Amino acid sequence: MALDTANTISVRTMNMIQALNSALDVSLAHDPDTLIFGEDVGYFGGVFRVTDKLQEKYGLTRCFDTPISEGGIIATAIGMGAYGLRPVVEIQFADYILPAYDQLVSEAARLRYRSNGQFWAPITVRSPYGGGIFGGQTHSQSPEAIFAHITGLKTVIPSNPYDAKGLLIAAIECDDPVIFLEPKRLYNGPFEGRPDAQVKTWAGHPMAEVPEGRYTVPLGKAATVREGNDVTVLAYGTMVHVALSAIEETGIDAELIDLRSIVPLDIDAIVASVKKTGRCLIVHEASKYAGFGGELSALVQERCFYHLKSAVRRVGGWDTPYPHAFEWDYFPGPSRIVPALRACLED
Amino acid sequence: MLNIPRLQLHVPEPPARPGDPVSFDHIDIPAAGAVRRPDTAAREEDMRDLPYTLIRVLDDEGRAVGPWDPKLDPAVLLKGLRAMLMTRLFDDRMFRAHRQGKTSFYMKSTGEEAIGAAQSLVLGAGDMSFPTYRMSAWLMARDYPLLDMVNQIFSNADDPLHGKQLPILTSARDYGFYSISGNLGSRFGHAVGWAMASAYKGDDKIAIGYVGDGTTAEGGVHEAMTFASVYRAPAILCITNNQWAISSYSGFAGAEATTFAARAIAYGLPGLRVDGNDFLAVWAATQWAADRARTNHGTTVIELFTYRAEGHSTSDDPTKYRPADEASHWPLGDPIARLKQHLIAIGEWDEARHEALVAELTETIRVAVKAGEAVGTLGKSKPDVRHMFEGIFKEPDWRHIEQRNEMGI
Ligand SMILES: Cc1ncc(C[n+]2csc(CCOP(=O)(O)OP(=O)(O)O)c2C)c(N)n1
Ligand SMILES: [Mg+2]
Repeated sequence: MALDTANTISVRTMNMIQALNSALDVSLAHDPDTLIFGEDVGYFGGVFRVTDKLQEKYGLTRCFDTPISEGGIIATAIGMGAYGLRPVVEIQFADYILPAYDQLVSEAARLRYRSNGQFWAPITVRSPYGGGIFGGQTHSQSPEAIFAHITGLKTVIPSNPYDAKGLLIAAIECDDPVIFLEPKRLYNGPFEGRPDAQVKTWAGHPMAEVPEGRYTVPLGKAATVREGNDVTVLAYGTMVHVALSAIEETGIDAELIDLRSIVPLDIDAIVASVKKTGRCLIVHEASKYAGFGGELSALVQERCFYHLKSAVRRVGGWDTPYPHAFEWDYFPGPSRIVPALRACLED
Repeated sequence: MLNIPRLQLHVPEPPARPGDPVSFDHIDIPAAGAVRRPDTAAREEDMRDLPYTLIRVLDDEGRAVGPWDPKLDPAVLLKGLRAMLMTRLFDDRMFRAHRQGKTSFYMKSTGEEAIGAAQSLVLGAGDMSFPTYRMSAWLMARDYPLLDMVNQIFSNADDPLHGKQLPILTSARDYGFYSISGNLGSRFGHAVGWAMASAYKGDDKIAIGYVGDGTTAEGGVHEAMTFASVYRAPAILCITNNQWAISSYSGFAGAEATTFAARAIAYGLPGLRVDGNDFLAVWAATQWAADRARTNHGTTVIELFTYRAEGHSTSDDPTKYRPADEASHWPLGDPIARLKQHLIAIGEWDEARHEALVAELTETIRVAVKAGEAVGTLGKSKPDVRHMFEGIFKEPDWRHIEQRNEMGI
C-alpha cells in the first residue's frame, strides 16, 4: 500500500460515496490534466452524489455534464486521453455502458496495441453496478465478465470505502483504460444479502476509516478478508459481505478472498489459498453461465488440480434477465451460498 | 503561438440555477395561428422554415386559430381532456403510493399529457407507438384498464408483466404501446423498422416513435433518422423537448445551437416544431405527419416543445438544480388548463362540469388503487416465482429447468 505520508494524517469515517468523492477530489487537486465528465455529474453532482461539489470546487471545465450518449462519452474520453489528459468518466448505471461497448472493446482496449505504443487511452470509466435496490432489469446488472473477456481493459471492483478510494486513485493514475465498477448496494453500508435485516451503515466498520489525503491500493492485489483452512471462497463487490455472512452462519473455517480487481487478477493469492484449503467456492452476483466464475473455476482447476479435494463450485445469479419483482429470488444470498459451502466440504 | 486568443473549452450553462431569478424571455413564441400549413405532399426542401418556428393553435383566450386548427368535434376534445386529467390525477396518486412504500419507483408526465392523449386519439388501432416512460396518457386515452396499471406499479401477483419489468415501463401490444426498456433511445430504430415492415407488406399502418430532448444525443436516434430517410419509412419520429434530462438542461443535448426539429433537415426529413402544451396543435401536426406517412411521403420529425413541470422521477429533487419556481413561469402554460379554457370558450364546458369530472376520475382511481391494494403492494405480494424463468426464450433450456428445480418451484 503506497501511503503518501504527508497527506494521510487525518482519517475520517466515510461511506463509499464519500470515499469515492474524496478520491476524485484528491485526483483533481493532484493533477490539472485529470477531469471528470458524465451525465448529471456537474452541477448536480451525480445521481448517487459521487461527484458532489467537485464542479463548485474545481470549476466548470474540470467536472461537467455531458449529452446522454455513452458512446460519445467514452469516445471523447479516449480522444482526450490520447491527447494527454486523464479523463474520469461516469456512466450513470453499468447497464448503460452497452451503447459504448464498441468504443471500449475496439478502441480503448486496442489503441495502444494497434498503434504500437504511439497512442493510448488512460481513461477511467466509473459506473454503479449490481442489484439489491429494486432497480429492475436496467439498474441492477453485473456486467463484469463482458469486460474481463476483453484483453486490454482492466476491471476493478471495490467492496469497501477504504479500498474504493485507494483503488480509484490507482485506476486514475494507471496509463491503461480501467473499468471501475461500484457496487451500488454498498454505497451507504455493507449488505449481507439479507433484505429483511436492519439496514447497516458504514459507521463502525474498520474499512470505513479512510485517510483524507492521497493513497493508492494497487490494482491486481487481492485481500484476504478472513483466514481459514477448509475452503477458499472467492468473491468481489457486494458478494464479499454476503459470502462473509454465509460463512459465519455455517461456522465453517473458510478463507474469504476479496479479488478487488478481476483484471489484473491476483492469481498467486488464489492459488496459494486453494492449495492450502483444497476446496474452492466462487460467488458472484452476475448470472452464472459464462460469468467470471467460469474463468476462476478453470484457473483453479488448471493450477491446483492435484490439491483439490472436491469439485470447484460456483454460486451466481440465475440465468435470467434481472427480474424486478423477484429480486430476492434471483439474488444469490446466504440461502444459496450456505448449502454450496457445505457441499464443498461434504465431497 | 499565433497572436489570437487561446482556445477555451465551452461548457453550457442553463439560464438559471436555484436562487436565480427565472426568465423565459429568450424563448421565441410566435402568435397562435401564425405558422403556415403546407400540403402534406409538399417537398421537404420547401418547408425548411417550419423547424425554427412553433406551430400553435390555441391563443391566450382559448380560441382555436389559424391554418392548423384541426376543427375537432367537441366530443373528441372532451375525450382528450378526460385522458389528460386521468393521467394527471393518477400520477399524483401513484407518486403518493411511492411515498407510502407501495411501489419501487414512479415517473410522472405532468405538463406533457397533451402529447400522449392527442396522438393516441389521432392514430389508429393498427398503428404502433414506441413510447417513452412519459406516455401514460396514450394508454389513458385508449381506456387501458387502470387496475392493470396499478398492479404493475405495485409489482403484485396480478402484474400483467409478471414482475419482469419496472413500474411505468409498460408494454401493451393491444393498445398500440410497444414494450418500454430502461435504455434510452434504443427503440427509435424499432419504430422505423416497424414502419418499413408495414411498407414492405403493402399495409397502411404507421409507427410513431418517441425520445426526450436529452435522449436525442444517443447514437441510435441518428441511426433511426438515417434509415427513416433512406427507406422513406411511414413513421412519425417525435422528440419531446421538455427542456430537462434529469438535472441537465437541453443545452447539453445541443439546444444552445439549434432546435431539435431542425435536426430533421440534415436527413432530408420534414421537421415540425409544435407547442406541446396545445392539444389542438399536437393533434394537427400529428394528423399532418400521419397523412403524409400513409400516402408514401415518408417520415416526419416532430419536436414537441414543452416543459417538465415536476421532478424526473421519485428519485429526484429538481430544486437541487433549477429554481423551485421555474415551472410556474413557463409561458406556454398547462395543457389541461388550456384545453379546458378552450372548451369553456366554445361553450362546451364549465367549472361545475370540470369539478364533477375531477371527482368522477378521482373516485375511479380510488377504486382501482383499492383493488390493487387488495391484491397487494410491493414486497407484500408478487407474481408466481416460476414466471422468473419463463419467456426468456420461447422454450426454456436446461439451465432454466435445472435452476427452477434447484429453487424447488
Ligand atoms: C442509455 C441510457 N443512459 C442513461 C440513462 C439514465 N437516464 C434515465 S432518464 C434520463 C434522462 C432522459 O432525459 P430526456 O431524454 O430528456 O427525457 P425526459 O426524462 O426529460 O422525459 C437518463 C440520463 C438511461 N436510462 N439509459
Ligand atoms: Mg427531457
